[in-house]
Amino acid sequence: MSEVQISACPACVAGPAANDVAHARDVRDTRFVLSLPAIYCAACISGVERELTKQPGVRAARVNLTLKRAQIEADEDVSVDDLVSALTQAGYEAYELDAGAISATETDRRGRAILTRIAVSGFAMMNVMLLSVAVWSGASDATRDMFHWISAAIALPAIAYAGQPFFGSAFTALKAKRLNMDVPISLAILLAGGMSLYETFESGAHAYFDAALSLTFFLLAGRYLDYRTRSVARSAAEELAALEVPRVTLADGRVISITEVEKGALIRVVPGARVPVDGIVMEGASEVDRSWLTGESLPALAEVDTIVSAGEVNLTGPLVVKVTAAGADSSLHRMADLVAMAETSRNRYTSLADRAARIYAPAVHLLALGAFIGWMIATGGDVRHALNVAVAVLIITCPCALGLAVPAVTTAASGRLFRAGMLIKSSTALERLAEVDTVVFDKTGTLTEGRPELSNLADIPPRARGVAMALASGSAHPLSSALFAATRAADVIPAKVTDIREVPGQGIEARYDGMTVRLGRAAWLNAVAQAQTATYLKIGDEAPLAFTFVDHLRDGAAEAVAALKRQGKDVVLLSGDTAAAVADIAHRVGISAWDADCLPEGKALRVAELTRSGRKVLMVGDGLNDTAALAAAHVSISPASALEATRVVSDMVLLGKSLAPLGEATRVSISATRRIKENFAIAAGYNMIAIPIALAGFATPLAAALAMSLSSITVSLNALRLRGKS
Amino acid sequence: MNVLVYLIPISLLLGGIGLVAFFWSLRSRQYDDPEGDARRILTGDYDDHPKE
Repeated sequence: MSEVQISACPACVAGPAANDVAHARDVRDTRFVLSLPAIYCAACISGVERELTKQPGVRAARVNLTLKRAQIEADEDVSVDDLVSALTQAGYEAYELDAGAISATETDRRGRAILTRIAVSGFAMMNVMLLSVAVWSGASDATRDMFHWISAAIALPAIAYAGQPFFGSAFTALKAKRLNMDVPISLAILLAGGMSLYETFESGAHAYFDAALSLTFFLLAGRYLDYRTRSVARSAAEELAALEVPRVTLADGRVISITEVEKGALIRVVPGARVPVDGIVMEGASEVDRSWLTGESLPALAEVDTIVSAGEVNLTGPLVVKVTAAGADSSLHRMADLVAMAETSRNRYTSLADRAARIYAPAVHLLALGAFIGWMIATGGDVRHALNVAVAVLIITCPCALGLAVPAVTTAASGRLFRAGMLIKSSTALERLAEVDTVVFDKTGTLTEGRPELSNLADIPPRARGVAMALASGSAHPLSSALFAATRAADVIPAKVTDIREVPGQGIEARYDGMTVRLGRAAWLNAVAQAQTATYLKIGDEAPLAFTFVDHLRDGAAEAVAALKRQGKDVVLLSGDTAAAVADIAHRVGISAWDADCLPEGKALRVAELTRSGRKVLMVGDGLNDTAALAAAHVSISPASALEATRVVSDMVLLGKSLAPLGEATRVSISATRRIKENFAIAAGYNMIAIPIALAGFATPLAAALAMSLSSITVSLNALRLRGKS
Repeated sequence: MNVLVYLIPISLLLGGIGLVAFFWSLRSRQYDDPEGDARRILTGDYDDHPKE
């Protein structure tokens, strides 16, 4: 239950809807960026834009369906929380993003630079190819020379401009005395250009201008796909980092950044807010939700002198907390150190593309060099012929297929997962996900929504139902909200109670029919506490009644577990919660292997143990207590609702509320890895035919053009097969 | 063969126009939201302000 009120603005209502959307087109001065993971259609676009522009103070709003984001231009006094809750009420899932952290313009500029180079090389390639066709089909003598000269005039500047990304990268690699994919690429492009120019001078028969250009074009296309996947991953990371805007309210009302908080300062934590530091409660009484930190689903009592840690959520009453540790010393940060240790081990993973490049780059150089030396000996020192063959070898071993093999597949796969509601943050995540054979789930907040649901309404007498509903209606405590929602769904009529008052940290008290009625903690009512999550109702002197709660399962949880099991993976549930609560959830989603009362280190240890026994573990979790385990796992996934620290260590993030895309993700990752390997095989196959021809000196520019185009197109088409079927 | 004197420059010019058109579309941010733009044509709202 949020306290946000949606005030209607008369001016907006008066204006015609078309006018509101009218100036939505240009968002010049973006103030807010919202993430809208669930939008997918034309109606969503206009719905969101209309809803946003209806809000007072919003000047313009523009939805980007490709990025699933909305940019909003608004007046200074507009609160983003109001916008988010307005959208949520209208049925659109929305999260705030820190507009400053998303350097959209920067990424745009780099993407555009590559696109411009692709366009230039594409334009030059087509024109030169046109001239080359004439040469291939028999133009000779002066005509051929003229065509070669025109080709050179188009190709050389185009290569100089469009090839820069390769030259730059190759130069850096050579300076560091390393070989990367860009070295043979640059060598092929430059040698082909230079050799062809020389041949043109000498009125030679063969010029490779078109080959040099199509090489540049295809490789730039691969580079662009790769860049797009990476920038989506990077912006995902930025986006997620931007989800949590860390600010602290001091006791005197000033709002400062979390980095400026000092030890000993008094800060205010309002109900519903997250405790930003470690500290001791100085004033107030409340309950805190520790589920992020420990996985416990039961709220804990927080009174004066209770120690609270960063990451806990304050539930009922306002608290004033004296800071004992902030920033680098807080428990949040210690968790981050654990993570940093686990991270380094994962960074050693080498992707398929890197492994291929490691074999490919030296092999091509040796082959070309071998061809040059071989022909020098065979022809008795004909440098021109030997060099021509070496260039043909360099061109024909076409790294195009290799350059496209991986990016084309990852683009198709991540696009498909993005549509299913998953963001891939790490570039090797798909490959690692494909190897997974064991899946470890966290309970609170991952398999469940961390949101309680009343389970024993049927056992409660009607009178008590009405009283409980009336009491619960006045509180924002999660158990009260759940109780209220359940009774309302069952059409209970609230009893008439008076003098409702919330006793922070204990419960709610009121007068009913001349009696005192209380809804709250067991100890407060002298009730016997149950093992399960429960709240208690006492009417006058009657015996207390227990309302028990179970955690609401996240959408698609059972579906995801079933899908993973069908794929033959072991599914394990590790939770910091009590055995009874864990057993219940495990039974409901169909997991037979579970462990309760796990400490954060315990989870990470279990994951490490599984890894040592040769398992590849996928960890799915959202809490801080999962962070170390997420980092220790082979690959990790967290929901968008997870804490920032948790999402940072995850390789993939579930954007929507449902867990269902998990099954899809593992399936797509397996087929993506298979496609990558197939693409390598295709590229190798072409090379096996083309290299002997080139080595023998029979390769013509026409053969090179054919081999290059055919292999690139086959590889791309093979990658596209991923997109279609669902 | 003299016709080539005209044809080649013409083909280059036409290709160049295509290239310039692509740059223009790139600059005017037409590739920022391809999916959204494809769907916007289906909505009943005016997307840009009618000239008054």
